[in-house]
Parts: sequence; C-alpha cells; structure tokens
Amino acid sequence: MGKINTFLTRTRGRNGPDIMDWLTYGYLFLGVALMFGPVLWLLASSFKTEAELNSFPPRLLPYKQEMITVTGYDDPLPLYTVTEGEHAGRTVAQVKRIGLSAKVVDPENPTETFKIKTSEREAVERVALATENYTELFEKFDFLRYFWNSTFITLTATIIMLIFNSMAAFALSKYEFRGRTLVLALVIGVLMVPQTVVLVPLFMIAKELYLIDTLWGVILPGAATPTGVFLLRQYMLTIPDEILDAARMDKASEWKIYWRIILPLSAPAIAVLAILAIMWRWNDFLWPLIALSRNENYTLQLALNSFQGELDTEWSNLLAMTILTLTPIALVFAFLQKYIATGIASTGGK
Amino acid sequence: MLGLLTSIMRVFEIPMAFLQRILGIKHLAWVFLAPNLILFFLFAFLPVFLNVVYALTGGDQILLRDRAFVGADNFAVLASCDNYLDPNTCQKDLFWRAVHNTGWFIVLQVGFMIGFSLLTALVLNRDIRARGFFRSVFFFPVLLSPVVVALIWKWILQRHGLMNAGLDAIGLEPVLWMLEREWTFFWSVFLSIWAHMGFYTLILLAGLQAIPRDVYEAALMDAATPFRTFYRITLPLLMPTMLVVMVLALIKGVQTFDEVYAFSGGGPGSATTLLIQYVYETGFAGAPRLFGLASAASIMLALVLVVLTGLQLWATRKNADG
Repeated sequence: MGKINTFLTRTRGRNGPDIMDWLTYGYLFLGVALMFGPVLWLLASSFKTEAELNSFPPRLLPYKQEMITVTGYDDPLPLYTVTEGEHAGRTVAQVKRIGLSAKVVDPENPTETFKIKTSEREAVERVALATENYTELFEKFDFLRYFWNSTFITLTATIIMLIFNSMAAFALSKYEFRGRTLVLALVIGVLMVPQTVVLVPLFMIAKELYLIDTLWGVILPGAATPTGVFLLRQYMLTIPDEILDAARMDKASEWKIYWRIILPLSAPAIAVLAILAIMWRWNDFLWPLIALSRNENYTLQLALNSFQGELDTEWSNLLAMTILTLTPIALVFAFLQKYIATGIASTGGK
Repeated sequence: MLGLLTSIMRVFEIPMAFLQRILGIKHLAWVFLAPNLILFFLFAFLPVFLNVVYALTGGDQILLRDRAFVGADNFAVLASCDNYLDPNTCQKDLFWRAVHNTGWFIVLQVGFMIGFSLLTALVLNRDIRARGFFRSVFFFPVLLSPVVVALIWKWILQRHGLMNAGLDAIGLEPVLWMLEREWTFFWSVFLSIWAHMGFYTLILLAGLQAIPRDVYEAALMDAATPFRTFYRITLPLLMPTMLVVMVLALIKGVQTFDEVYAFSGGGPGSATTLLIQYVYETGFAGAPRLFGLASAASIMLALVLVVLTGLQLWATRKNADG
C-alpha cells in the first residue's frame, strides 16, 4: 500500500503531493469506479442464479444453495440449517414445501422425516458460479445464430467498405480529372444525410431491391461511408506521386498500382478504418431494427433488445447474453486500443 | 482477412487492365469511383429526394405508385398546434412531446457532457501517473453497444438493483427509477453522457496537448494564479476545439435513439420519447404505417442537421487554420 502511495504521489520537481494532486487522483479513482464498476457488476451478476438475482439486498459474490442426494429420493434436495425450535442446529434436506412449513429429511438418516417452519431455517450456501446462465443460451436460445448473423454482417460490411472506400479515395487523391471537386462536394453532402433522417425512403429502396429481411439489407446501405473516403484520401495524399510514376514506367497497370503499392502504403489508415467499421457494424441498431423482421435474421443487438422485452426472459440469461455481446468488442479494445483512440480522434466519430 | 483481400484484388486484375486499355488512364478514375458512388446514390442521394416525395404523399403504402399526392398536408398536421409550448394542445401531441424531450435532452446532455469532458481532459492533462490507463478507463464505454449500455444501467436501476441497495444501506426508501417520468429522463441523459463522454474527452485532451508549453511557462514567470491561467490561456486557446466538440455533440444528440429506446422504450408514457423514436414508431412500428408523417418529421430533423453539419465543417476548418 505504501509503495502504491509513493508511486501515485510522486511528482516531478516538487516535494510531496499538494491539494490539487489529491483532488486529481480522487477524481480519477471516482472515474474508474463509475466507468468500470457498472460493467464489473454486470459481469459478477451474470454468474448468479436467478434466485440469487432476485434477493435483496444483492450480495457481491455469487452464491448457490447446496444440494444433496438422499437415498430414497430421485432428485437432489436443497440443504437447510434449522435455526430455531426443537431441531435447532441440525442440517436437513427439504423434501417439499407446504405453505409456511416444510417437510424435511435428515440426510444421515433418510427414513426420518419431520416438519419445520420455513421461518426457522436458513439455506446452506457456498460460493459457486452459475455457469448454466451461459450454457442455457446455447440450449434454450438460438444464440449461435444471432452471433453468426452479427459476425457475418460485421465482417462482410467491413471488407466491402474497405475496398470501395479505398478505391474512391485512390481516385480522388491520385488522379486529376474533370468533376473531382464535384465528387468531393458530393461526399461532403453524404456526410450531411445520416441514415437516421432518410429511414422511410431507405426502407422502400431496400424493399424494391429485395433486401428487406436479409442480412445483405443491413450490409449494403452502410457499406460506403463518406468518413472512410475522407480518412483514406487524406492519408493517400501524403504518398508521393513519384512512386506511381516509377511504377508506370515499369508498365504496372493502374489496378496493380492501387492494390500492390497504394493499399499497402496506406495500411495504418486502413487499420484505423477497419477497427471503426467493425465497431460501427457490431453495435449497429436502428437500421437493423427496421430492416430485419424475422427472428432468425436478428443480430445480437436486436436479439438482446427483444429478449429484454419478453416477459418470460430471466435476468440470469439476459445478463449472460449481454456479457457475451460486449466481449468481442472488449477484446478488440484490449488489443488495439492505441489505434482506436487515434482513429476516433482523427475522424470525429462517425 | 488479408489473404481474402489479396485474392479479391487479384481477380479484378484482368478486367481492370482491359478497362484501362479502352478508357485510358484519364477516365479510369470513374471506374475506381463507381462502386462507392453507386452506393452513395442508392442509399444517400436518392433517399433525400424520395424523402420529400414521401412527405408530400399520404396513405400507408410504401410503394410510391400506391401513394396519393397530398401537398403539404403532412407538414400542416405536424405543425398544427395551439400552443407550441404545450404538446397537449397539438394535433400530433406525441410529435411535439418528442420535440420537447429532444430539446431538453440535448440541452442537458450536451451541456453536462461537455462540462465533464472538459474537467476530465484537464485532469488527464495534469502531470499524472498511468495516464494511458486512466484515459482508456474514461474512453472504453464509447465502444459498448447502445443496447449493452442500456442493459447495464437497467440492471443497476431495477427494483432490486444496486442503486436501491445503496439507498437502503444509507436508510433511504427505494425508488422505482423506471416508473417515474423525471427519474427515467434523468437516467436517460445520464447513461447517454456515461456512454459518450470518453470520445469528447479524447478530442479535448488532444486540444489541450496542442497548447504550447511555453505559454504556461510565461504565465508561471508572471506569477499568474492557476484560475487566471485557465481563464486567460487554456480556455481561449481551447475554444476552437470546444466549438468542434460542441457542434459534434449537438449533431449526435438530436439523433439519439438507440440507448434511450433500449433503456426505457420511450416511457414511462412518453417521458423519454425522442424525435427519432417518433419517426421509427410512426413509420415502422405502429399500424397504420404513416410513412408520409414519418418523412415529414425526418425532413424537419434533417434541416436542423444540415445547419449543424455546416457549422461543423466551418468549425473544423477554423480549428485547422487557427
């Protein structure tokens, strides 16, 4: 603890922490609690049984009631400690509950059954992870299908976007042609029309193209982005034209110049765009909500949203599914966070 | 993924060489532009024009040939209101409630979010340990999907949730957060700030780090108080970045839908119904599907966005120049 303290309060060229340092670290640790806390709480909760999730006040660790198999009974029985009355102190297994009392059996002596009041007993519990919250997602729900839909949409849309946007950026940065300024103006125009304000005509166009309720209907409308064209064009402008001229001397075709020279040289910008695209597609919600109607076409986000509206959905499964939905993005973040930060700062988000 | 890309690229080598021979290098640019422009045309330009057509026609049919021309009726219906400050006096009361909600939402969300982002950026810009770690802590909710954000907070705010346990622990009565209008609105704004502030913090931090060190050293020489340094140096020099951030936040703010819809469904009642949700429900979720009305509402929103985006481009340019 002392070590951490000296580490945190070490300052350059000054002796000891002043009040501003204390406030600074106070704010930062409050931030850590507020930003990470809710997600960690969700993670912890996702390993609790439904009964534990419904108890109030909630406990930090996941507990499970101890079960025991008693000879003469087919199913494992829940274990209780009797707290009051003539049997106080004994550990018993409950056979069944009858109103305010319960019929119990002594596990060591399976023939001896008696009745206790439910208020006079306490469940025997131990810390255990309710992993069935997760396994049930694959048994009771079609989790893998939603996961596949999301993955297919994300990867296909990202690949199409990278190819189309980089081709356009190549043309806009490396060719002089009539109408270039016009095209650039058009791209800025697209920036002004987000999907959110053209939902109705977008729906009609997708319907006429037989894209409604297909995964391609989610992929194509978002596949060409003005942001991507701008980001890649800015980067390609920094590549010297002499390289292109040299390649042309060697009789390379323009397509070869594009994908053998310009694309590899633009790799940093393409990486940034790829990460952004993966994030946008994976988290996409409004357009899929409109374009997809059959349950089997749902993305993870849609499935998650529709499950929370269903009455018979239990929090235990919902929480587990939330964790599985955020995991891929969390992994991407963990490994590539440097690129993400620079990418987002340089493009201004979407 | 790289291997896949390479083979896709190789497939196009022969047709592209052929096109280059018959078109010449000059016109090849259009071939490179074509795929992108076709998608832009189909899914951005065409919709803008069709949006107007939809707004000027009525009925619940999606195909244009089945729709009757009604002139400016849809706009008139939306605009018909005795008192614009009281949605109950309007013909489409839900629309005006959504307008009011969105107005309050962006005022509160953008205001507080920029405030907290600036504070966080200032703190992160101090001479602190483990800056990278703290920066990513504030940033990481930006990556979470809106539905996940909504569920995280819904879980904390549910009847037996952590928030009520906290209240219980300090001896207060539990609150049904999701059933009271004001509280649900408050938490909608809160979770939206929680999810997005890291992004603006990042931009503001970059802005702060671009301020030259020697200006501060000069201020230190002149024995300026920290407060004065902030007001006379930091804030004016950060103003261009602030402007960009503010306009960006407004653009995103008026389009808020996902996280609030997944969080509250617009309820209780219509307490958290925002404009995009009105468009979605009018056009796609309810019956009959009033596409004309939905289009008219989104055109009003689009006009606001065009002005804001114009502002954004102006602010970005100003920021780059200054």
